[in-house]
Amino acid sequence: MQSRRDWIAAAAILLPSIVLLGIFVYGFIGHSIRMSTTDWGQEAAMLLKPQINYIGMDNYRALFQGFLNIRFRQDLTNMFFFIILFVGLSLLAGLLLATLIEQLVWGEVFFRTVFLYPMSLSLVVTGTIWRWMLQPRGGINVLPTLLGLPAGQFLWLSSRAQILVFDWSNIVHYGALTLLVGLAVLCLGHWRRGEERKLYLKLPIFTGLFAVTVSGCFTDLKLLDYPEQHGFNVALWGIVAASVWQMSGYTMALYLAGLRTIPDELREAAKVDGASRMQIYRYVDLPLLKPITASAVVILGHIALKIFDLIFAMAGPDHYPTSVPAITMFLKTFRGNELAVGSSIGVMLLILVSLLIIPYLISSFRQGKG
Amino acid sequence: MKTSGWLRLAAISGVFVLMFACAAGVVQGKELSGSLEIFSWWAGDEGPALEALVDLYGDMYPGVDVINATVTGGSGVNAKAVLKTRMLGGDPPDSFQVHAGQELIGTWVVAQRMEDLTWLYEEEGWDEIFPEDLLGLLSTEAGIWSVPVNIHRSNVLYYMPAHLEEWGVEVPKTWDEFLKIAPELAAIGVIPLSLGENWTATHLWESVALDVLGPDKYGDLWAGKLAWTSSEVVAVWNRFGDILNYTNADASSLSWQQATDMVVGGQAAFNIMGDWASGYMSTTLKVEPITGYGWAPSPGTEGIFMTLSDSFGLPVGCPNPDNTIAWLKMVGSLEGQDAFNPLKGSISARIDSDLSKYDAYLQSAAKDWRSSKIVGSLAHGVVANERFMNDFATVMDIFLASKDANAAANAAQAVAIQAGLVK
Repeated sequence: MQSRRDWIAAAAILLPSIVLLGIFVYGFIGHSIRMSTTDWGQEAAMLLKPQINYIGMDNYRALFQGFLNIRFRQDLTNMFFFIILFVGLSLLAGLLLATLIEQLVWGEVFFRTVFLYPMSLSLVVTGTIWRWMLQPRGGINVLPTLLGLPAGQFLWLSSRAQILVFDWSNIVHYGALTLLVGLAVLCLGHWRRGEERKLYLKLPIFTGLFAVTVSGCFTDLKLLDYPEQHGFNVALWGIVAASVWQMSGYTMALYLAGLRTIPDELREAAKVDGASRMQIYRYVDLPLLKPITASAVVILGHIALKIFDLIFAMAGPDHYPTSVPAITMFLKTFRGNELAVGSSIGVMLLILVSLLIIPYLISSFRQGKG
Repeated sequence: MKTSGWLRLAAISGVFVLMFACAAGVVQGKELSGSLEIFSWWAGDEGPALEALVDLYGDMYPGVDVINATVTGGSGVNAKAVLKTRMLGGDPPDSFQVHAGQELIGTWVVAQRMEDLTWLYEEEGWDEIFPEDLLGLLSTEAGIWSVPVNIHRSNVLYYMPAHLEEWGVEVPKTWDEFLKIAPELAAIGVIPLSLGENWTATHLWESVALDVLGPDKYGDLWAGKLAWTSSEVVAVWNRFGDILNYTNADASSLSWQQATDMVVGGQAAFNIMGDWASGYMSTTLKVEPITGYGWAPSPGTEGIFMTLSDSFGLPVGCPNPDNTIAWLKMVGSLEGQDAFNPLKGSISARIDSDLSKYDAYLQSAAKDWRSSKIVGSLAHGVVANERFMNDFATVMDIFLASKDANAAANAAQAVAIQAGLVK
């Protein structure tokens, strides 16, 4: 009977949060998905009882193929480069800072606080400060003049230069290439570690995809009838700099905690075996930090996917070179009254975040079981 | 039984007459009570002007508790988002600030969320006192939808007379003249025309379009009678592209104030901005009008007043309609307009306002207001609905990157069709 009473108590405690989550998270996700398959946002979108018709996947098709949604496609491109740069640089900077601080004999608390401090600022504050610092006629660009050098000319946020330009109509082909590279890296890893079973599982997929890609099927699969150029906007560097400044302290704290959990015995054993300091770092510390990197990638990745306030504060809403899907979603919904299109961009963002989080949840669930 | 029926009817009508008399008495006897929620994005520099209106209302109707609901953020992007969630949730404020014209009509009037104010215009005699061109921009065939509280001018060219003298250039009367002197200015390291972020480019575009098309064809464009892909409109984009060659490369990270600062500081020769720049220069930067800074209609638009206006309306189902009607009457009155506008740095929409209360720039603007042809601004919501404006910002940013006039014309035509501008 005791266990049944426990069960009832547990259910009673959990019920309110389950109900609230059910309504305010999953209920509204469901509602957004439903709205994204309608045409809500025609002329009289703000009627008390607006006329809403079901149009299936048309909004999604328009996002990827429609003539007027070129901005969304550039947003996705910006997002792709932003995630890679932001996550990559934050991890590097965080690891570097953590390693250096670990070596410190004194002042550790001081430096830890200094580097962690930016995280306590709101992204809007960070954005405003960096907007000032990255002014073309002031801030960072005039720093060299203090040393008697000519002032910098780089247009941090307002440059319209694009590099790594590609044609969106061939996006399927580029997607396949990216997938191939990813698979190749995975297979190589399995081969080096001698995980034959996993290798034999993935090798056929790789070969099949490779064959189809080489045959040119994907280049014939044009998403658009006309070429549409997208690429990495140089103006994103300013955003990347500000966001890395904000979040690298956080990754530092994660890595520092990770370094602390490595038992000294392991390092001492390595030392006894004659390993140098570099070798201990490379073969003892780094491999043991892998789980930290995995969770940092997930946390930073979903921050990057949802980024809105920083860019809104730094570059404003209508700055195409630094725009991301979240900004276009806000503008489409609340300025352009295209509520269904806004919902479909929101659902796309949800899918992207899920792609990042679900594998992580599955793997940590498995580990928990083991 | 019949007589008792008649009696009952008489009694009921008596009660109704009494009730109406009471209601009318309340409105006319200025014994309003309850509250009045005014929703706007006027904070910071513009806060005192709104405060003046609220104070005036407080003096006239001491029984009403005025709730001043402001959501900050320039040009109201944030405020509009909050307003939309409130309206969709069935919680309209008693009255809200909205750009007069299509920004109101295309979003709220088509959605049947506003009450027709034609009766109020007739009662207050406003159809005589506001210019006819303005009434046309505020109305649809079904009615008049809001009361303008101020008038700003969009097509103004600003410069510093002392700087121009030093560089030896005259104020250009046409864009041809500008394009002739621009290379000379560029050669001595002066930026001929300063520009700011995305919307200021649209602001410049509308002045260029008004010059290239002329007021009639400019009106046709918004009435859906002139195609965006026509050679005339492509010519606007081409001319606009020529002018952009003489603007600053870092435009997209500058606010409109910073673009004005460049003119005041002598890095740039000219700037085209709405006349809130006058208020910014004389109040914030302490530059005197006429002797310090000078102004002229943007090139080729002499005798035309491109206008934009903030206005208030009566939302359907607002909690205190009587208080709102009293607010609207005050906002449209001579007293209300002359209390608000000198502080806001704008002019009164009325043609009988007391000019002695206004500074030198505003007096000249008010003179033009009474004598010019009036057309509506695109960048500030008078002539096109919000859906068009939202996507036009993207068209503009693509043009700023590509400078491809035909592509911009095609994209704008597609946007106009989607937004219902072209039927």
